[in-house]
Amino acid sequence: MTQFSDTRLAEVRQIIDRYPEGKQKSALIPVLHMAQEDFGGWLSPDTMDYVGSLMQLEPIEVYEVATFYSMFNTEPVGRHVFEVCQTGPCMLRGSDDIISYIKAKLGIGVGETTADGLFTLKTVECLGACGYAPMMQLGKHYREHLTPEKVDAIIEECRQTVA
Amino acid sequence: MIRGSSYRSIPAKYKDMADEIKMLKVTIDNITIEVPQGTTILQAARQIGGEVAPPAMCFYTKLKGSGGKCRTCLVEVSKGSEADPRPMPKLVASCRTGVMDGMEVKNITSGKVTDARSGVVEFLLLNHPLDCPVCDQAGECHLQDLSYSHGKEGTRYEFTRRTFEKHDLGPYIQLHMTRCILCYRCVFVADQVTGKRVHGVLSRGDHAEIATHIEQSLDNEFIGNVIDVCPVGALTDKTFRFKNRVWFTKPVDAHRDCTSCKGKVTLWQRGDEVLRVTGRKDQWGEVEDWICNTCRFEKKHVSDWVIDGPAKIDRHSVISQGHYTGLDKPKETFSAVHGGRAPKLLMDIHSVSEVNRPGIALSEIQGPATSDTFNIDQQA
Amino acid sequence: MGRKLLLEKAHIPGIRSYEVYRREGGYASVEKALRMAPADVVEEVKKSGLRGRGGAGFPTGMKWSFLAKPEGVPRYLVCNADESEPGTFKDRYLMEFIPHLLIEGLIAASWALGSNRTYIYIRGEYAWIVDILEQAIAEANANGWLGKNILGTGFDCQIYVQRGAGAYICGEETALIESLEGKRGNPRIKPPFPAVKGLWDCPTVVNNVETLAAVVPILNIGGEEYAKIGVGRSTGTKLISACGNINKPGVFEIDMNISVEEFIFSDEYCGGIANGKRLKACIPGGSSVPILPANLLLKTAKGETRMMHYEGLSDGGFATGSMMGSGGFIVLDEDQCVVRHTLTLARFYRHESCGQCSPCREGTGWMEKILNKIEYGKGQLSDIDLLWDIQRRIEGNTICPLGDAAAWPVAAAIRHFRDEFEWHVKHPEESQRRNYGLAHYADALTTV
Ligand SMILES: Cc1cc2nc3c(=O)[nH]c(=O)nc-3n(C[C@H](O)[C@H](O)[C@H](O)COP(=O)(O)O)c2cc1C
Ligand code: SF4
Ligand code: SF4
Ligand code: FES
Ligand code: FES
Repeated sequence: MTQFSDTRLAEVRQIIDRYPEGKQKSALIPVLHMAQEDFGGWLSPDTMDYVGSLMQLEPIEVYEVATFYSMFNTEPVGRHVFEVCQTGPCMLRGSDDIISYIKAKLGIGVGETTADGLFTLKTVECLGACGYAPMMQLGKHYREHLTPEKVDAIIEECRQTVA
Repeated sequence: MIRGSSYRSIPAKYKDMADEIKMLKVTIDNITIEVPQGTTILQAARQIGGEVAPPAMCFYTKLKGSGGKCRTCLVEVSKGSEADPRPMPKLVASCRTGVMDGMEVKNITSGKVTDARSGVVEFLLLNHPLDCPVCDQAGECHLQDLSYSHGKEGTRYEFTRRTFEKHDLGPYIQLHMTRCILCYRCVFVADQVTGKRVHGVLSRGDHAEIATHIEQSLDNEFIGNVIDVCPVGALTDKTFRFKNRVWFTKPVDAHRDCTSCKGKVTLWQRGDEVLRVTGRKDQWGEVEDWICNTCRFEKKHVSDWVIDGPAKIDRHSVISQGHYTGLDKPKETFSAVHGGRAPKLLMDIHSVSEVNRPGIALSEIQGPATSDTFNIDQQA
Repeated sequence: MGRKLLLEKAHIPGIRSYEVYRREGGYASVEKALRMAPADVVEEVKKSGLRGRGGAGFPTGMKWSFLAKPEGVPRYLVCNADESEPGTFKDRYLMEFIPHLLIEGLIAASWALGSNRTYIYIRGEYAWIVDILEQAIAEANANGWLGKNILGTGFDCQIYVQRGAGAYICGEETALIESLEGKRGNPRIKPPFPAVKGLWDCPTVVNNVETLAAVVPILNIGGEEYAKIGVGRSTGTKLISACGNINKPGVFEIDMNISVEEFIFSDEYCGGIANGKRLKACIPGGSSVPILPANLLLKTAKGETRMMHYEGLSDGGFATGSMMGSGGFIVLDEDQCVVRHTLTLARFYRHESCGQCSPCREGTGWMEKILNKIEYGKGQLSDIDLLWDIQRRIEGNTICPLGDAAAWPVAAAIRHFRDEFEWHVKHPEESQRRNYGLAHYADALTTV
């Protein structure tokens, strides 16, 4: 069921407290982040409706925001999402090759998820790590200075966490 | 088209207030008027009227916060004000820029403006399907008017046009997202007129779309007004769709006693049949009063209404052609305006229209057409 | 060796913790500021000549003095940590290594502006930095630098971190404010400006991370002293994030009187071009600013040495110069293809357009499609002129500067590398090969 735990609900209240009286809509983006973390890595219509009712917002206000920001997934994703930067500075340092390598290695295209549901490959635009290119975001952290060997190791590491 | 300098006095209705409200002098395309403080350049230009008024595709007087988005109303401010005469560095959206005392504005007298505006028109038409022959808005579409008056011939866009997943908005309102220009007017209507909004703008950039996300019908008592504010054929009246082309219908002003709205409407009738009901629109295409769904969708018999008389359709477009006397028809011919280019249809209407029969040339019909002219099969 | 004001202590072990930071003299500027009248703090910042480090370079002191102060209405200070301009990663570096410097600057600035609730709006992807900042804020609270009645002055202040969720446009200050209000990041139509009507319609100042951090040294050494560093109107030190084909990509603090050449080729900074290649081109201030070919990068059109400061980088205007922008310094070596690089930038701007206004919503996608065609050998010569015409009609005609930011890189690439575009059209089968040999080389002078 789509329902935050009590500790998470306390967190939501704390976030709402950051804003002046009556401005709780400001908490929407932080709460959507929490919802995406807690409810399967994406925002299903159910999840968004839950967030809407929790925050006393019309559902459309939640959809409008959720579909605007690129970090919110409105479609299901794999357990590990490789978000590889493809913007200029990363391209100069070989991000195209890294993307091709991951595609071949996982046997999926950009925007696709492996059949076992473990990996999703996405391309993203500049993540502010241009000096440490090529790079990708994996969960909360960045993986930088990528090489094919590093990619292999990351894939292995992800498989380990599942096993 | 540059006019000589002339000076117009304060409109009578403002004269009494001049003591309390500061009056500002503004010159637009060499015509000087005085307007109360707080007036935008667009509003001032509309007071002068004619082609001095910039086209506006997103601003809507009744809708708070509207405007600024389409960029068709861009003008050049060649003098900021008496106090600070520097010109503004960029073209500004006249619908969202307030008049300053002594300001000088160029609209159609500025090459920069006409150039930028033809660019905006090209951008707006870039992904537009140009399905005018099958579009219910044809003939009263502001984008059509705009592209005739400010556009360039042809498009330089050679890529596949954008498409969207279809969304059903319920029994009353038809959404054709490909025609939408994202003016946000319908969003403001839902917020400000209906009080509860179930549709909005989803996604961003060139994927942004008007939708409800989860199929939901728009059925608030005042939601029908989104049809009237939509400048294009993106939101149309499902109860009217394909029944007729607007220019074959006869608009009359009518009213009824209505408990939810003022009940003042325009009926689009043919014979005794009411094909469509809309709000009454002023010369800028803006409704005078919002009307309720009952008046709009449910009252389709002439007997439901008290007829006030023929509606003034104050537009250059085809609707006004041939219907009524007493209207100003443009003096210039199309080809004179367009440097010798003959008018052309974007598509042969006969090849796609579900209404018009091939073999009948529109231009040969004298005066208002009737259904007899076409002998239309009502079942079609 | 240039003077370091921001990163001087960034590499002291443990500097992220309050104890070490305080031991190294941290929070002295807050002690100083809170003994001054807020207006005097603003005055000090004015004297320093500090210019906004977020991209536009607007004088910070002046911006602060424009803040409306209506009776009974709260005022807000918002720190712009959205940092999403390709090539820019300096704010991240500062927040990661020396978070207390930002918090310290924020407290002093909040005092100067009268902000009791101050927000740091940080790009959503910098998730781990949120933790670092919140840790620093908690420590500052625990030690009485935040909270109620700070240092007994009666001043209450709290700092909150707000995480974005992936949208470059939220770096534009009014889009940022919308986002902070929990909405889509659509820039507002100005006027009104944030200084009058910003966050929740209250007077608001939005400043970049580096700008606010610079308040600390300004208060410590005094505005006049700060203004002595650098040249002319480019006062103080500037963080430059350097990336691309150089030996030492990273974040450097420069005082603004070194040459571009020294910056690229000396070992103190970029360490020269990687893999023994030659310098072809550079985008010196983040992806939005014009690209310059090597010859115009190292020397101005007048033949003078180009300097790394606001005036130096913009010398020659857009015809032969560029801009300091956000300090994102992107270097292209001889093997790089300007068309492909420009294509990635066009794609970026199309992806990041909020979609509110028609020239940007439609024009950015159109430019990307045409560039794609040219890059993949399907272009025609007329496409180059068409691109020029499209960018020209976007520039200046949009709600916010993202339209300009999308237009400029395309314009500059065509202006300086038209031959490369034409080469793609004329050699479709080889168009994806990287080395074109069309660069206007200007190798490093031996003086460095
Ligand atoms: C599209 C766009 C993106 C921007 N992104 C950023 C950003 O990521 N960080 C930033 O500090 N300023 C950014 N700015 C500039 C801000 O609007 C604003 O000018 C700046 O935060 C003011 O701070 P400053 O005066 O300290 O430079 C951006 C502007 C635009 C138009
Ligand atoms: S549907 Fe019509 S009214 Fe709504 S945004 Fe699109 S064009 Fe405007
Ligand atoms: S210029 Fe682009 S990003 Fe800025 S408001 Fe217009 S569409 Fe949005
Ligand atoms: S371009 Fe990839 S992180 Fe900046
Ligand atoms: S009417 Fe002014 S921008 Fe659309």
